[in-house]
Amino acid sequence: MVFYREGFRGMTLGRSLWLVVAIKILVIFGLLKIFFFPDFLESGFSTDRQRADFVLEQLTPPIPEPTTGSESP
Amino acid sequence: MIENLDPTMVDWARAQFALTAMYHWIFVPLTLGLTWFIAYCHTISYRTGNEEWKRLTRFWMRLFAVNFAVGVATGIILEFEFGTNWSNYSWMVGDIFGAPLAIEGLFAFFLESTFFAVMFFGWDRVSRRFHLVSTWMVALGSNLSAVWILVANAWMQHPAGQEFNPDTARFEMNSFRDIVFSPVAVAKFTHTASSSMVLSAFFVISVSSWYLLKGRHRTMARRSIVLASVFCLLSSLFVIFTGDQSAYAVAQKQPMKLAACEGLLRGQTGADLIAIGVVKDDHDIRDDKQVTRLNIGIPELLSYLANRNFKSFVPGVRDMVYGNPEQNLLGAKQKMVKGRTALAALAAYRSDRQAGDEAGAAAARDTLRANQDYIGYGYLEKPEDAVPPIALSFYSFHFMVILGTLFPVVSVLFLLVAWRNTFEKHRGLLRVGTILLIPGMIAHWLGWIVAEVGRQPWAIQDLLPVNVAATRLSSGSVRATFFLFLFLFTVLLIAEVGIMLKQISIGPEEG
Repeated sequence: MVFYREGFRGMTLGRSLWLVVAIKILVIFGLLKIFFFPDFLESGFSTDRQRADFVLEQLTPPIPEPTTGSESP
Repeated sequence: MIENLDPTMVDWARAQFALTAMYHWIFVPLTLGLTWFIAYCHTISYRTGNEEWKRLTRFWMRLFAVNFAVGVATGIILEFEFGTNWSNYSWMVGDIFGAPLAIEGLFAFFLESTFFAVMFFGWDRVSRRFHLVSTWMVALGSNLSAVWILVANAWMQHPAGQEFNPDTARFEMNSFRDIVFSPVAVAKFTHTASSSMVLSAFFVISVSSWYLLKGRHRTMARRSIVLASVFCLLSSLFVIFTGDQSAYAVAQKQPMKLAACEGLLRGQTGADLIAIGVVKDDHDIRDDKQVTRLNIGIPELLSYLANRNFKSFVPGVRDMVYGNPEQNLLGAKQKMVKGRTALAALAAYRSDRQAGDEAGAAAARDTLRANQDYIGYGYLEKPEDAVPPIALSFYSFHFMVILGTLFPVVSVLFLLVAWRNTFEKHRGLLRVGTILLIPGMIAHWLGWIVAEVGRQPWAIQDLLPVNVAATRLSSGSVRATFFLFLFLFTVLLIAEVGIMLKQISIGPEEG
């Protein structure tokens, strides 16, 4: 512990860098994660079964007939 | 449902992911490469007991700390984007990515973090030997972290060692070994790690060249350039070797990507590698005309690159879109039929299970198993949708290769001048040296564009296109967060460049 205490106390540039890291972590977790990046499946459904069913529904839409494009060799 | 998905949302989500990844990638390669450089400097300092080498090691450690502090945690934003913008994808790959990412978090990151403090605080506080070991452990830990992230990325390019579970809609790992040691994963890690060493060497040369131009810290700058040039020469030669391995892996596992990167429309036996060329503005793969013009090619080299045989056949874009019976190649057109059969079987499996028809479900499952390797093709509207953007892939690939070929030449020039100690006579070279970091970084970004744009339309090669991987969100919300990130990243970048320039300006004496 003394090692770390003395190390942190002796920092000069390190203090500015820790400040940058702290502000960044605060913005990432306190702002971005909460207000802009909810986990869509985690927040929208309560069980894994519901999540699996939702994704399976997304994976099995009615598939349109393929178009072949203007050329086929 | 997928048909209601806003296509512009997918574009914005991709743009946001690309922005975040490219910003994150400013810091990662410098961290990966600088740790080895610093460990080597520290070893010389340990062996010689020379104060100048100690000063040099501490200085590069300080710049490494700036880069690490500004870059750390920016990768977490990518995970947020997975959960919000790419929820279908995240759900489906959870079982595959769980193990490598957990190992990355538990083992590699803690290894790195544990020794990180000792590396920075350990001068004259711990034994010299333990201090040196800690520096090497930071290098090892950083690069081990990268292994697991790159394994995850490689799996998306070549989804080995998995089986799709139609009950849970998840890809489940059936061979950890196949995932970790897939040829794509091995090539991706070795190529990325070695090119990160090149970039870090360029960073050292850039800063040291500036000092020499200003007439400051001459001894330290010259020693740094000698060491960085050797580091750069060895690693850039290794980059050429690993690049060749990567191209071979791409040819075997993602031949469409290789064809797009080379603008190869129709497959050839003894195919030339285009060294320089121009993609026609009005190219259309439905026309049986060359995609590129003004080509300067290297005879039969593409065949060797792809199959280790100068006379072998390399499939072109049209072979993989429309098929080539002579070469026994299925086209996207035929794969779409199999993909739709797989999707219909998946739907039948679900409804049979819900209706309690176990026999019907078993039959549907067998049909799904027989066609699941092509399931992603079932979502394509037309065969041409399987083709990635050719111009972007072509130019990114070629500029990356051209830059990568020049890097060993540059390092030899610096090594020669440093060896003869004639920098005063070669100030032009020093001026070039101050900006070397820029082409180095551009080559890295181009490499990622080749890797990620070249595999479109797939989020997971052949199994999941990006428009199915995405969450059904409004494009407005994704667009808003894109610009929010652009602002945030710009601020952080200004902060990093500001702190870095200040530390460089201060030099090795203080800090």
